[in-house]
Amino acid sequence: MSIWKKHEIFEKHSLVLVIGILIVVSIGGLVEIAPLFYLKSTIEKVEGMRPYTPLELAGRNIYIREGCYLCHSQMVRPMRDELERYGHFSLAAESMYDHPFQWGSKRTGPDLARVGGKYSDEWHRDHLADPRSVVPESIMPGYPFLLEAKVETRGIADHLKANVAVGVPYDEAQVSEAASDMLAQASPDSAAVDGFLERYPNAIVRDFDGNPSKVTEMDALVAYLQMLGTLVDFSIYDNKANLR
Amino acid sequence: MEEGFFAAFLVVIAFACLIIAGKTYDQVMAFHTAIGSLAAAAGAFIIFRNYFEDRVPAPQEIGGKPNYNLGPIKFGAWAAVFWGVAGFTVGLIIALQLAYPVLNFDLPWTSFGRLRPLHTSAVIFAFGGNVLIATSFYVVQRTSRARMPGSIAPWFVILGYNLFIVIAGTGYLLGATQSKEYAEPEWYADLWLTIVWVAYLLVFLGTLWKRKEPHIYVANWFYLAFIITIAMLHIINNLTVPVSVFGTKSYILWAGVQDAMVQWWYGHNAVGFFLTAGFLAIMYYFVPKRAERPVYSYRLSIVHFWALIFLYIWAGPHHLHYTALPQWASTLGATFSIILWMPSWGGMINGLMTLSGAWDKLRTDPVLRMMVVSIAFYGMSTFEGPLMSLRSVNSLSHYTDWTIGHVHSGALGWVGYISFGALYCLIPWLWNKKEVYSLKLVNWHFWISTIGIVLYICAMWVSGIMQGLMWRAYDAMGFLEYSFIETVEAMHPFYVIRALGGALFVAGSLIMAYNLWMTVRHGEAEEAEALPAGAMAPAE
Repeated sequence: MSIWKKHEIFEKHSLVLVIGILIVVSIGGLVEIAPLFYLKSTIEKVEGMRPYTPLELAGRNIYIREGCYLCHSQMVRPMRDELERYGHFSLAAESMYDHPFQWGSKRTGPDLARVGGKYSDEWHRDHLADPRSVVPESIMPGYPFLLEAKVETRGIADHLKANVAVGVPYDEAQVSEAASDMLAQASPDSAAVDGFLERYPNAIVRDFDGNPSKVTEMDALVAYLQMLGTLVDFSIYDNKANLR
Repeated sequence: MEEGFFAAFLVVIAFACLIIAGKTYDQVMAFHTAIGSLAAAAGAFIIFRNYFEDRVPAPQEIGGKPNYNLGPIKFGAWAAVFWGVAGFTVGLIIALQLAYPVLNFDLPWTSFGRLRPLHTSAVIFAFGGNVLIATSFYVVQRTSRARMPGSIAPWFVILGYNLFIVIAGTGYLLGATQSKEYAEPEWYADLWLTIVWVAYLLVFLGTLWKRKEPHIYVANWFYLAFIITIAMLHIINNLTVPVSVFGTKSYILWAGVQDAMVQWWYGHNAVGFFLTAGFLAIMYYFVPKRAERPVYSYRLSIVHFWALIFLYIWAGPHHLHYTALPQWASTLGATFSIILWMPSWGGMINGLMTLSGAWDKLRTDPVLRMMVVSIAFYGMSTFEGPLMSLRSVNSLSHYTDWTIGHVHSGALGWVGYISFGALYCLIPWLWNKKEVYSLKLVNWHFWISTIGIVLYICAMWVSGIMQGLMWRAYDAMGFLEYSFIETVEAMHPFYVIRALGGALFVAGSLIMAYNLWMTVRHGEAEEAEALPAGAMAPAE
């Protein structure tokens, strides 16, 4: 009986065919994905990584909502030109709290993995509201509506809880004070700032959008952009310790 | 029994949606649950009405011949035409936005970032998905010589799927997205799609179980692999924790590097199983049928099938070269991408050589020509793909328009043309017409959109490679030669050419829509059921 004849079992029994397909298409994914969860070398040991503050998380959600990831990557590759253009190559550890990841796949605009601290808040505000006012050749859409929209504080604690459920280490105080922390980060004069800085020691507290009367989506997005890539201190990072 | 089950299910869905709509402060959720509630209530109403009017169920056979269930297929075919034209048009709009950013209008729901997922989902899942569901329902019935099981289930699949499209698309415009490329719909849309997909698998398998042919025809293997694998990919990639059942937002279970791996395992196999395996099934039925020749090699189709589905699933991490993904994973992905070249071309040869002895038809039959050119594009992009998966090539091509060009040579050339060919065959068959209304218009469609594709992919090759080279260019002093914005400026002429190519492709699709409409309205009727049932005997 030839091997071609044996193939009849798949052609005559639909469930055998279904099981055959299931086995064959499972192997590749199992081999490639499963080890990433147990090989310790996958995610480097670094100092400084912390979960997003509530305002940064809200900013990140605006970044996702507006589809920024479609034109901006957040993944610097270890190549000479990228290191000079953007900074230290990205580490897996730097996106360990990213649900979902924002590495992107296209650079219609520049990489943003290390954009934090490179431009002033004013620049970001002007650039987001009207990109061509600061970069005449830019082809980015304008987002002036972010200046008007108040950031949503309702349910932000639930957002942190959902993050806890998927493995982000927020503590109880961070969850319960989420709404107050969110406003405090963009209100430097507020009494809640001290508590906020206790919970997120190295976070930046500023009126990001320059409008003290309300905390807007612009505050949130700029807060997020200004912290991108700044958590790991590369002057003390030991790349050799993490060789894999 | 079937009526009772679906009626109860839809009533539950309608009430659940109503409760959520009443309690939520998330406006997108309110809008979507209102749509869901209305759709479910309408579905339940139709089931009740048919029940109380004592509609007689359609007979399984008429005069000894199977009484095929064509209604859902007709709906799917026209939904494909509609979504195709809509999806191509949105593609043209976002192409123009990249050339002329003022077209973003500074409004949230018209900006590139929200329209781009609308474009990709509309062409892949709305256009491609409807083509796949419609053709698979047709092919599985014909090659099994049996009517699809159930009277409601097939309608539930096609209508439920299109409801998913509406929820997903309006969600993007209103800002509901989980940002995973080609898997953007939020948790509730994903749940709904899972239900529809299980029903789809059951209808498909149910038809196979009723088959009067001993063998399962090769096209059905590919359809089955597509349905099963997409279910697996969809569920694992979209495992997510909603913030609340009353809100759209959720957080994906996977984080960072693992999420990247899962995403591109999904993303590349959306290409491999949705855009390849499914459309290869179309090739294996419609090309032999139109050419009136048997599939070139039965053995090659067996090797093609198993090799393709085994190898494709490994290829995902080639999207993550030089990233924080461990190198062993991306190297494994690239290795399998190279090996994948073989079954891809094996399939191409099997499709092309099916024309042995019928090559002269390429001169006279523009529908067949369209399908053959689609297979040629398939061969081209499955050669380009492994090339781009090499680390050294990928270091240049990644993040540039070269990737966009590559995707479109596959999407416009392969998926687009094989779908157009299938629709030009299917619509006359469904409405008992001898032929499409005008072969001359098919010819026009073919040439206009071919010029469009060539303009598109050439513009993207040039702009992609140019941008990649500009990013890494150094001047004599050892400094980076170009600022980022200079590389953006350099793209402009190519973005204009690309938009022109896209406009031609849209024009072609409008010609097709007109031609198909006229086929249904004024096509010359087929005298009798001329197609002998079961003409597609399994190869061997």
